[in-house]
Amino acid sequence: MKVEEDFKVIDHYLCICMPKEVDHHNAAGITQRADDMICKREVKNLIFDFSDTEFMDSSGIGIILGRYKKISCFQGKVYAIHASQQIRKILHMSGLQRIIEILEDK
Amino acid sequence: MNSAKTCKTDNEMEIIFDAVSANESLARVAVAAFVTEKNPTLEELSDIKTAVSEAVTNAIIHGYNGKEGKVRMHCKWSDKVLEVEIEDKGVGIENIKQAMEPLFTTRPDADRSGMGFSFMEAFMDELEVESTLGEGTLIRMQKEIGYNPWIYEED
Repeated sequence: MKVEEDFKVIDHYLCICMPKEVDHHNAAGITQRADDMICKREVKNLIFDFSDTEFMDSSGIGIILGRYKKISCFQGKVYAIHASQQIRKILHMSGLQRIIEILEDK
Repeated sequence: MNSAKTCKTDNEMEIIFDAVSANESLARVAVAAFVTEKNPTLEELSDIKTAVSEAVTNAIIHGYNGKEGKVRMHCKWSDKVLEVEIEDKGVGIENIKQAMEPLFTTRPDADRSGMGFSFMEAFMDELEVESTLGEGTLIRMQKEIGYNPWIYEED
């Protein structure tokens, strides 16, 4: 899985390109890499990009929530982009849409 | 849909796999393939995959907690109702009611959201949990395919 190249920092925004399947199996890798960049680079806000993501379970919620806790102390914001119907359903059901912004594609 | 078949042909499948995280996707793919014969909608399919993923993940991280073990997944059709059982022989759940509460997790440090059981309940029609401390946990879930009361409002 080519998780490595898919993290970019642009203007204090860290864009995290989520993999095809977000589950417990690859959650640790995403988390570690994101936290590493949040610490080392001047990241204020986070963008989770779900363009490639076809499946996500509650492990994804854990990833987003954990990162939100980290950056919200510094008034950072979290966004989700290109989320499919399935991912939106999960984000809504977990109540995450109240603390992160889910941006529309259109 | 497919009128030639009466959809009465019941079918069963069982797989047993190691409690390692790589097998979470195996379980999802297996259940998805098993369900295909009944022509589920994409929503139904992803609901089932999510519920199975949650149950298998629970078995691996909570049931066995990184130790070796086997997870058994049994799928069965009774007409249009899919029944999935996920069983582990791990530590068991001390307080099932508490474990099923939304956001309850014994592992907040590991970025677990505590939404596993809530998702299983929400995505399937029925959810039963049987667990004995020191002996293991059995999750039984049912979902009717083609019923589709699926109403999703964007807010």
